[in-house]
Parts: sequence; C-alpha cells; structure tokens
Amino acid sequence: MQVTISEASKLLKDKKISSVELVKEYLERISAAEPKLQALVTVTRDQALEQAKKADEAIAAGKAGPLTGVPIVIKDNMCTRGIRTTCSSKILENFVPPYDATVVEKLNAERMVMVGKSNLDEFAMGSSTENSAFFPTRNPWDVSRVPGGSSGGSAVSVAAGEAVCALGSDTGGSIRQPAGFCSMVGMKPTYGRVSRYGLVAFASSLDQIGPLTQDVTDCALLMNAIAGHDKRDSTSVPEPVPDYTQSLKSDLKGLRLGVPKEYYVEGMQSGVASAIQNALKKLEELGASVEETSLPHTPYALAVYYIIAPSEASANLARYDGVKYGYSYEGDSMWDSMEKTRENGFGPEVKRRIMLGTYALSAGYYDAWYLKAQKVRTLIRQEFDAAFEKYDALITPTSPTVPFKIGEKMDDPLAMYLSDICTLPVNIAGVPGISVPAGFSDGLPVGMQIIGKPFGEETMLHIAYAYEQATEWHKQRAEF
Amino acid sequence: MRVSREEVLHIARLARVALTEDEITRLSEQLSNLLENFEILQQVNTDGIPPTAQSVALESVMRDDEVTPSFPQEDILANAPRRDEDCFRVKPVLE
Repeated sequence: MQVTISEASKLLKDKKISSVELVKEYLERISAAEPKLQALVTVTRDQALEQAKKADEAIAAGKAGPLTGVPIVIKDNMCTRGIRTTCSSKILENFVPPYDATVVEKLNAERMVMVGKSNLDEFAMGSSTENSAFFPTRNPWDVSRVPGGSSGGSAVSVAAGEAVCALGSDTGGSIRQPAGFCSMVGMKPTYGRVSRYGLVAFASSLDQIGPLTQDVTDCALLMNAIAGHDKRDSTSVPEPVPDYTQSLKSDLKGLRLGVPKEYYVEGMQSGVASAIQNALKKLEELGASVEETSLPHTPYALAVYYIIAPSEASANLARYDGVKYGYSYEGDSMWDSMEKTRENGFGPEVKRRIMLGTYALSAGYYDAWYLKAQKVRTLIRQEFDAAFEKYDALITPTSPTVPFKIGEKMDDPLAMYLSDICTLPVNIAGVPGISVPAGFSDGLPVGMQIIGKPFGEETMLHIAYAYEQATEWHKQRAEF
Repeated sequence: MRVSREEVLHIARLARVALTEDEITRLSEQLSNLLENFEILQQVNTDGIPPTAQSVALESVMRDDEVTPSFPQEDILANAPRRDEDCFRVKPVLE
C-alpha cells in the first residue's frame, strides 16, 4: 500500500482502514525496505502505534483533520521530546531532547503519526546523505546512486513508501535537490514562513523547514499545518497563513514565467536540459507565458553561500563542547577535552565547514570574505526582487545532473557543492522554491524548480499543481 | 590563495578542534582550493552596497516580559555527560 495524504485521509474517514492498521502496514514496509535503502536513523514503532490508537479515537469522535492518523517521517535534525535526535552525527548520537520542535508540536496537534526519524548529511551539511556519520542512504530508483541531500532520508522514505510524507530542512537545496533526485515534491518555504524553533541550527539566516510529499496537494496540506508565526522563533514572520489548498488550480492563463539563462550551467546534463525544455513547453500549453531572462549575479551564488553558510555554522556549532549534552571526551584539561570532543565527534565535512567559516570570520579576513559575501548577497536578492516585478515565478532545473553514484564526489568538495548550484541562490535571497517531478533521463529522475516571490507559495503551488495535473511523472513508483 | 599549515593550525585553535596530521595536510589543500574558487567575489563591485545578514524585514523583535515555566532541572541534566549533584562537571578552567 502506497497512498498520498489525501487518499489516506479519505480511507481513514470512510472507516476503510484504521490508523493502527495503516501504521502497521507502513512499519512492515519499513522493515522490508530499510535493509536496502537505510533511510531511517530511528524507527519509532511503539510511539507510532500509541499515536495511531489516539488518532483512531479522534476519528471515532468525529474530530479528525486532514492529517489525522497519517504516517510521517521527520528529518533527524528536528527535536522530538523523549526520542533521540542525532543530526546523523556522532556528537549527538545519544542526545534525547527535552522538548518538541514547533513543527513537531503542530503535527502532533493534527494527530499525525511519526513512524521514524530520517537520515541526513551530518548537521545537514551535504548534498548526497553520504556525510551521515552512521550510513549512506540509497536512491530507490537506483540503489548504487545517492538520493541527494541533506534530506535524503526523508525523500527516500516517501519515495519508497516507508511513510506517506516527510519533513525536511533546506539551507541550500536540502529539500528540493533530494526531492528532484527521488522524483518527489519538495518545498522550501520563504525564510520566516515556518518556525525553526527546535530545528538544530546549521546556518540560521538560510535554514527553513518544509514538506517532502508524493504530490502537490499533499505539499499544500502539510504547509497548512506547519506554516505560521511562532514567538519562540523571532525570525518567523507574523503574516497570516492562507489555506494553500485553495491555490491548486489547473489553468495557468495570465501567469508570466521567467527562465533565468544563468541556471543552464556548463556541465548540465543534456537529459536534464531536455526534460526542462519539455516542461517549459507544457507550461506554455497550460496558458503561461514563458520568456528567457537573466540574473547576472547567479555565478557568484556558490561562493556567497559557501562563505556565509560555513561562517554561521562555525558559530552555531561552537555549542558542541561536550559539557551539557552529546559525546564528550574526558581529556587532561578543559581545552584538551573540548578539542578532542570536537575532533572525535564531528565528521570530515562538518570540520571542513567549521574551519572554512572560522577562517572567513577571523581577524584580518572578515571584511574580504564574510562582509564581501554579505554585500553580494544583497545584489542577488535585489536581482530576484527586480525579476519578480516582471514575472510571477522563475523556472529552472532543480539540479544540473541526475543522481550520481555513491562515492563519486566524496573526495572533491567543490564538485559536490556544485550539485546545489540551482538551489543555493533561493536560500541566499530568502525566497521560496519548490521541486516537482519533471521526467526521467535514462530512468533517473529529473526535478523542475519553481522559484516564487517572498510569501508567494500560493503561486508556486498553483504552477506546480497545474503542471502535475498535466503530466504523469508523479505517478511513477521506484522499484528496488 | 594558499592556506598554510600554520594558518590551518591557527584556525583549528580558534575553532577548538584538534586535527590529525592527515587532516592538517588535507584541509590546507582543500581550503586553499575552495578559497581560490571563491576569489571571483572580489570581481564584484559592491561600493555603496549594504550587507544582508538575513532576508526578512524584521528588526529587534521584542516579546512581552511574561513569567513562563523553565525546563525542569532534571530534564536538562539528563543529557549531561558528567554531572555532580545539580551541576555539569568539567575539568578545572583555571589551573
């Protein structure tokens, strides 16, 4: 059984199946699929069955919402009270949070059922889920390939039918790129749209939580539940939350779409380029006007991102000192303990970024690197603002390539960083982006990215939904 | 842009992370290579452009000064690697 949220919800309401039965089916699927895919760090079997029982009581009492009783997976960098939250890092391997993230509270209030915590690149730093300190996750479309990252475990759990939907986090593409690599729908909302309280911080000016789902309707349903202001996250914005399902319309008449040419980078695979060309034709057939445009500062986005994100990370990760929680090495002195805790507790990519960020923030280099990157960030944002005066949304590939082989880019940080080239600018500007399935190249998924105005999630969902209704890509299932 | 062995050691000390010999060599190469690629930023004219720290227009968000319960002490100490009664235990800071 592999159902969407709306299908599951209908089955539950019509009493065709109970939440306990549904959750048991998904737990069985997890047992069957995990040895091959390794998408989950923790399976929360007992809690899930307990939550499902309560969901069934709510359904029987006529108190069910659209998400009640539906199994979900949460990326393991969001705090879950009493359930360990590892960030796929040795340093947090045994960390059990004393509180729930706001998004987890919100899903609990809807009586969703969490069946597991998903694998990620350590501290969400990576594009392949190979940087997990525990194990790499495999792509169900080809198990010799990566699922993308850092929310690879979340994308795979949904693609493989281990859960109906998932939450991920996206700092430079970490929801959209794995969604593209696994033929799922993945949205990074506008910065400030979803509370980050309880999301373990990586790069605080870029991080955002969002849904990974099988279709656009499910994305809208999850957004309805998680969006909104939270006084515990002072970067969350007090804007009203619309009913996102109201934006799901199948006609694109009057919508103006821009295609920024700089996103069609050197090294883009021809199979990706032609899938996107076909998608653009389809969008035109649906009534949208499609026009090439230019965002000339795009080539600087990679450098801006890999200075700002590691700088913020180096500050955020200073808290892991082995004193209050997490892995701790007992050395000869306080400094010795701290340095060896961090040496043993962090993996190579995390150390690389801490070092890069510390360098960019250090005396003598701050102006030339960090401040410079922040200024170019302003130019990138201004360019998006100008483009959105002419266009309702921008269309790009989600990634320049299809999923690559496990191990292929592990020794070349720059090559790995380039796989996020189309998604990074969106976080830098703080605007929303969504990846939707846009076809296959030699049997491997291609994602199309739709970039929206700040708080333009409804327009993005509208375009995504119209495209989805006119295509069959989202109905194809991975066999593994 | 070359990041020397000495600079790697200096940065590692600032970041309080011990490194093995292999890591020092590899990081020196990798950081040099990355920064060399990031030098293209210096080509961008940013005269008169203000820096962006974050992308929403919120500034100095204040909250009401309300008394709310804190976490129970035991919940917080439950994750302590080493504790001594109600305290986190660490090595001496001043020797």
